Amino acid sequence: MTELTYRQALNDTLRAEMARDENVYLIGEEIGVFEGSYKITAGLLKEFGPRRVVDTPIAEEGFTGVAIGSAMLGLRPVVEIMTINFSLIAIDQIVNHAAKIRSMFGGEVSVPIVIRTPGGGGQQLAATHSQNLEVWYAHIPGLKVVAPSNPADAKALLTAAIRDDDPVLFLENLGLYNLKGEVPDGEQVGEIGTAAIVKDGTDITVVSYSRGVLTALEVANQLAEEGISVEVVDLRSLRPLDRDTVCASVRKTSRAVIFEDDLLTYGIGAEISATIGEGAFDWLDAPVRRVAAAEVPLPYSKPLERAAMPDAASLTKVIRETLAASAFEGGQGV
Amino acid sequence: MADTRRPKATGKTTKQNSVSADALRGYYTQMVLIREFELRASEMYARAKIGGYCHLNLGEEATVVGLMAALKPTDYVYMTYRDHGYALARGMEPGAVMAELFGKSTGVVGGYGGSMHMFDLERRTMGGYGIVGGQIPLATGAAFAINYRSKAGKNADAVMCLMGDGTTNIGAFHESLNLAGLWKLPIVYVIVNNRLGMGTSVEHASAEPDLYKRGCAYRIPGERVDGDDPVAVRDAALAALEKARVDRQPMILETLSYRLKGHSVVDPARYRSKEDTETAQENDPVPAFRNRLLKSGVLDDKAADAIHEAAEKTVDEAVKFADSSPDPLPAEMFDRVYATAVANAPGAFPGDPVVVAS
Repeated sequence: MTELTYRQALNDTLRAEMARDENVYLIGEEIGVFEGSYKITAGLLKEFGPRRVVDTPIAEEGFTGVAIGSAMLGLRPVVEIMTINFSLIAIDQIVNHAAKIRSMFGGEVSVPIVIRTPGGGGQQLAATHSQNLEVWYAHIPGLKVVAPSNPADAKALLTAAIRDDDPVLFLENLGLYNLKGEVPDGEQVGEIGTAAIVKDGTDITVVSYSRGVLTALEVANQLAEEGISVEVVDLRSLRPLDRDTVCASVRKTSRAVIFEDDLLTYGIGAEISATIGEGAFDWLDAPVRRVAAAEVPLPYSKPLERAAMPDAASLTKVIRETLAASAFEGGQGV
Repeated sequence: MADTRRPKATGKTTKQNSVSADALRGYYTQMVLIREFELRASEMYARAKIGGYCHLNLGEEATVVGLMAALKPTDYVYMTYRDHGYALARGMEPGAVMAELFGKSTGVVGGYGGSMHMFDLERRTMGGYGIVGGQIPLATGAAFAINYRSKAGKNADAVMCLMGDGTTNIGAFHESLNLAGLWKLPIVYVIVNNRLGMGTSVEHASAEPDLYKRGCAYRIPGERVDGDDPVAVRDAALAALEKARVDRQPMILETLSYRLKGHSVVDPARYRSKEDTETAQENDPVPAFRNRLLKSGVLDDKAADAIHEAAEKTVDEAVKFADSSPDPLPAEMFDRVYATAVANAPGAFPGDPVVVAS
């Protein structure tokens, strides 16, 4: 075990996979000479040269499509799209091409591509630079979408994504890059498509992913001091979705709150809530609640940004309301 | 206005004299097969054997055959949704192409793609694409992969990326050409200019209607060739591919031809003037090439008729094969979604429970 930041875990993993497989190459804007907008690719141009670390012009549709086409011939590109907001410019290539090519061409060819991209607000970047569009991609069969919340999962899931023969959207978050955590040494290949219970509990389940898991854990630890036992499910993979782990947790706790950075309507939480409704209805003691972003284009002003984004306070409030709605008798009073 | 006069024979096309009689007969045979196949596809569509969209190569047979004749088997080609003729000329079995149109399990992609999505990895025919321009970044990526793995040279692989005239206005075209020009990729962008993007003329769609010039901002040279002459098309494509292979110089080739019918089989093309339709018919490349071969003594009437009869028979058999082939199985539908098996992969049909309550 070594303590690493999320950023360093990604950087180390890219280096290890490039060293392991000559077909792995990196492509994106400002990833070489500039070392990445968020420095995830720092040092890699120097180590591997411009053939393996390809700086591109500002042309998301073009270079994402180039990566997909090269993957059809067996290369294994890792694309960096500077933020998920800019992926909209490449969405035709991702949704109409990467996701469809294998199935539409009868399974004769696959598209082993990873698209790394950070989402999330909270950095005062205003409306067009603060979005959580992962659900757009999680909606699409043919794609795999992972959203690790900690450095160890970042390493294991990025390794798995690079070795996977399908297109994987690898969701990062600007708020996670400096997060430190223990990372197992040596090769770690995670399992795409599985959630994890990151904190055991008995009174209520909080389901989250990516940066939201940090807030969920923070709230769970605070409430533990009052004797409220919160179980935290980290989805890790948004497509495929591990519905069984979510439902098993809710069958144990009988209450559920989903904490998500994305927008409420048609969001990840809506899918989780429907899943719980179908898979754990008889166990529920209270309605499933969602804590998600306010439905406005995110404003720049700090007080407005704070008000619009889900946080520990709003999650704590909804957990207390859910417990109160179900005659919860544990803890020290809710 | 675009200069749409028939391009004059250049120095390159005089090479036609050196084409063997066998090769010429071969081109004619392929053109006739495509013509017969497309006419039959239209008929089968009307009889509801074929669903969805169905775009035909009628009027483009010379272009199709000339372009495919220029490719080595090891070259890669990316196509548009108007792809039946290319699939046939690239060697896909007519029965398998027709079965794909019929949506059968014996189709080239098992009935998963249909008319717009012919694909054959073994023949490096990397798909027809239904999204206009979607294939251009992908083809550029294939050229990137060739460049990544191997050196330039006479025997190097190259990519041919087909598109229609309307496609030159989409962003993906310009982003891709910039990347290819910047990175010196071995690719030839072929603009099959049939003068109409659905019902919109080139002059109404492109500020520079001389489409072969559209690479100038990316230092990609372009040439225009008479798309009704298969040998001229082949020679121009060979020259462009050579530049791509040997010099890693991306190229544009514009072929000029006419679409004989509507945009797709259901389009009566009422927007076309009588004169335009007549011009298209006068320029029909199939009888023109037949007459040329008759005149030069490469074919006589008997041999030409035999080619037609053989094509009809092949297409009859293709229809019979397609019609008698089994449908693909719904139970196998989810198998092709992912190449690497993954936990919790969806497999529910409409109405199935998503979670089994325990």
